[in-house]
Amino acid sequence: MTYLIEGETGTWEVVIGLEVHCQVISQSKLFSGSSTTYGAEPNSQVSLVDAAMPGMLPVINGACVEQAVKTGLGLRAKINKHSVFARKNYFYADLPQGYQISQYEQPIVGEGKLVLDMPDGSSREVGIERLHLEQDAGKSMHDQHPSKSLIDLNRSGVALMEIVSKPDLREPEEAGAYLRKLRSILRYLGTCDGNMEEGSMRCDVNVSVRPLGNDELRTRCEVKNVNSVRFVMQAIEAEARRQVDVYENGGEIVQETRLFDPAKGETRSMRSKENAHDYRYFPDPDLLPLEFDDAFVEKIRDALPELPDDKKSRFIADFGLTPYDASVLVVDQANADYFEAVADGRDGKIAANWVINNLFGALGKAGKSVGESPVSAENLGKLLDLLKEDVISGRIAKDVFEIMWETGGDPEAIVEEKGLKQVTDTGAIEAAVDAVIAANPDKVADVKGGKEKLLGWFTGQVMKSTQGKANPGMVNEILKKKILG
Amino acid sequence: MSELTKLTIGEARDGMAKGAFTAVELTQAHLTAMEKARALNAYITETPDLALSRAEASQVRIQSGKAGSMEGIPVGIKDLFCTEGVKTTAGSKILGDFVPPYESFVSRKLKDAGAVMLGKTNLDEFAMGSSNETSASGSCVSPWTRSGDDTKLVPGGSSGGSASAVAARIAMAATGTDTGGSIRQPAAFCGIVGLKPTYGRCSRWGIVAFASSLDQAGPMTRTVGDAAIMLRAMAGHDPMDSTSAPVEVPNFEAALTGDIRGLKIGLPKEYRPEGLDPEIAALWDRGAEMLRDAGAEVVEVSLPHTKYALATYYIIAPAEASSNLARYDGVRYGLRVDGNSLDDMYRKTRAAGFGEEVRRRILVGTYALSAGYYDAYYLKAQKVRALIAEDFKTAFKTVDAILTPTTPTAAFGLGEEVNDPVTMYLNDVFTVPTSLAGLPGLSVPVGLSSTGLPLGLQLVGRYFDEETVLNVGSVLEKAAGFSALPKGLEG
Repeated sequence: MTYLIEGETGTWEVVIGLEVHCQVISQSKLFSGSSTTYGAEPNSQVSLVDAAMPGMLPVINGACVEQAVKTGLGLRAKINKHSVFARKNYFYADLPQGYQISQYEQPIVGEGKLVLDMPDGSSREVGIERLHLEQDAGKSMHDQHPSKSLIDLNRSGVALMEIVSKPDLREPEEAGAYLRKLRSILRYLGTCDGNMEEGSMRCDVNVSVRPLGNDELRTRCEVKNVNSVRFVMQAIEAEARRQVDVYENGGEIVQETRLFDPAKGETRSMRSKENAHDYRYFPDPDLLPLEFDDAFVEKIRDALPELPDDKKSRFIADFGLTPYDASVLVVDQANADYFEAVADGRDGKIAANWVINNLFGALGKAGKSVGESPVSAENLGKLLDLLKEDVISGRIAKDVFEIMWETGGDPEAIVEEKGLKQVTDTGAIEAAVDAVIAANPDKVADVKGGKEKLLGWFTGQVMKSTQGKANPGMVNEILKKKILG
Repeated sequence: MSELTKLTIGEARDGMAKGAFTAVELTQAHLTAMEKARALNAYITETPDLALSRAEASQVRIQSGKAGSMEGIPVGIKDLFCTEGVKTTAGSKILGDFVPPYESFVSRKLKDAGAVMLGKTNLDEFAMGSSNETSASGSCVSPWTRSGDDTKLVPGGSSGGSASAVAARIAMAATGTDTGGSIRQPAAFCGIVGLKPTYGRCSRWGIVAFASSLDQAGPMTRTVGDAAIMLRAMAGHDPMDSTSAPVEVPNFEAALTGDIRGLKIGLPKEYRPEGLDPEIAALWDRGAEMLRDAGAEVVEVSLPHTKYALATYYIIAPAEASSNLARYDGVRYGLRVDGNSLDDMYRKTRAAGFGEEVRRRILVGTYALSAGYYDAYYLKAQKVRALIAEDFKTAFKTVDAILTPTTPTAAFGLGEEVNDPVTMYLNDVFTVPTSLAGLPGLSVPVGLSSTGLPLGLQLVGRYFDEETVLNVGSVLEKAAGFSALPKGLEG
């Protein structure tokens, strides 16, 4: 436990739970055949059902059910073969039915778990409370007309999975790791694109505080719709600090919904419990309970891809990677695939170093994804081969990599063309060594007199005179022999 | 009255097939009768031009040997069914001039079978009522009057316009919807046949929803045979309604053998409470006797949870309605009364758009679903509902159908009960249990009250066993020989 708040009355611990709304990747909406394509002309993807015309009825989209089950399996959660859709009743202009079809007492997915990969390489397990399917609302736009609000119903009825964690998180950093890991799993599964900026993943944060050592759960506040990992972490810090101040000033926390203002770095009240909606949940009589059998679940399980946790274990076992390196490589499936292609038949640790430090470093600077990398996995692999076979030195390899990054070229061709091959010809190296020795008789005397550290300086001089192409090991050896005899 | 409007569906079908008259003549006869009977206010919207053009098309199909099962039959469509290009009001101001760009599954099936829509029939607002007095288009009146008394009577409800139209011979048949008795009670009041099929038999797609777990469309006709013909044209699985049952639609007409020998008919003892109108009790006994005479065995059964049915219904139906009617918010279609904020617009729109009974039920339903009350009301009501269904299940282990009165009284006068909701709700006391259980219920006119008004008996059957219900109903119909006609239609 590293994140604690030192107050005036003592030390406080933060208790965090996250509710993440994830837009399901599907062709059509949860209960209608309308398309879900993002960015279409407003109100161009609205069926009679989505607009809640009189007498229209919802029909469940089986593809969305499969996605929810797939996600549940990815979260190693209990799959409920019997679940129930319920209506959550409230009025809003972008909610055509006057209720949202959601799941309440009987969700499609029950308890599961998610493993956090912390920056220090350690892991921590966080409980998943549930996952349920529900409809998204439309979008209200208040800035398009001086006196009117405009409504776009394209999003109305799109499937969401609400994934609720247990209150197992204790640090803003953990909340960030949770979101990143969840996103990683969803992307592996292909059930949600995890894009928080476009709103396909939205987060509500539940925060409470308690004196350290106390294990009660105090009244929590829900910070709604925080739309980036960074803001989630900031919102937790701000809200936890606020609550500590309230308690220490003798106040009480009231259960309420709050909004985070990233500009001011503070949360503020949106509505209190007294003004909270009474959603009047009840089972939707237009829909039968959602039921499927074991065969349905097993078919989905059999088609699951290797998920980040398993991949990480395999990378550690097969390539001898550190847990940290392995977890960095598996966050994104394309990254992991790239690494595997480079490491195939080569030293995994060296491959990991090159991929993480050189390639990811360059990609990060350029703001590119691995799919856009000018250096192909095949070429990076060839570069490592040249290094391993002593055709080039480590220093030269870095130069070659830079050329590859600029030109996308083949490392063998670059080395050939630029004459970068390492000099391993003893005669040539001896000649270079002799020249340096001849030019620096006083330093040679110093070495002989016991200042062996100066040998390094000699190596540098020889490397310099050979434009870095001499094999540094051979240079060292020859130097020692010539000066020290 | 034209002779053509007196025909049954079966007779009209045969007449058109033989070329005795054309579909256009048949429709025209009804359109003429409709004009004369406007005082009944049975139709909210008449569609004479559409009817004639459909009748012409029917005539072509009849002549080319491609007649459907309802070809050329002039029908009224309850104004709760969305009809493409034809105003659909649900009897409410809130739908304003709503013209659906789509056709309900059931009315489309009827159309595909060749039925000719004459217009949209009156109803209680959103089908909430038992007298058709809550309609925003004004009360519909029954063609019946008490002997020697010109007091205007209600046709029953909510499918009052359909019942009145069929009884007054200004529709050969009509669609109804039944949530707690809305087909059977008006059928009984107007001396016609009304069938609420098993829940799931007819698709609810395109029918303005009242209470989703109870709403069911069905035929309202002048004979049991006609109900059989029409149900077949209305029924069938619809993948667009998740509660529509994937079951075969039998040839109901073929099930009308008239032979009920060996069948067991149950009379639930709980339907004979103290204070039951002796006239109703006597009618019921007579009906039982008719079935016994036809060779059925009549036995007493018990449906012990009957006394909780009405209370249960008046939790569940308003609860679902409170949610189903939330979509009428002035945002996308129908009435909008502007306000100075979104909430203000909602309040003004819904206050102006909904009538008193609808508002009452929305409030009752909202209350029943509220935090802190849900368990005591809605959840408990669902448990009782399951017990009521279990009662029937037990009874149907020993009997093949159940016979009960349809209503506790004959039709009442306009305005007599409208200010007393609880008395009004009691109209449904014999029909509501069947609705809660989702079972098929058929009302057959069996006799007249001492005041000369029609009285009906209800037959209830097993799930998806409309065949037995209709067959027993046809025997009852034949034995009762109900032939009385409303004033002015005799002879």
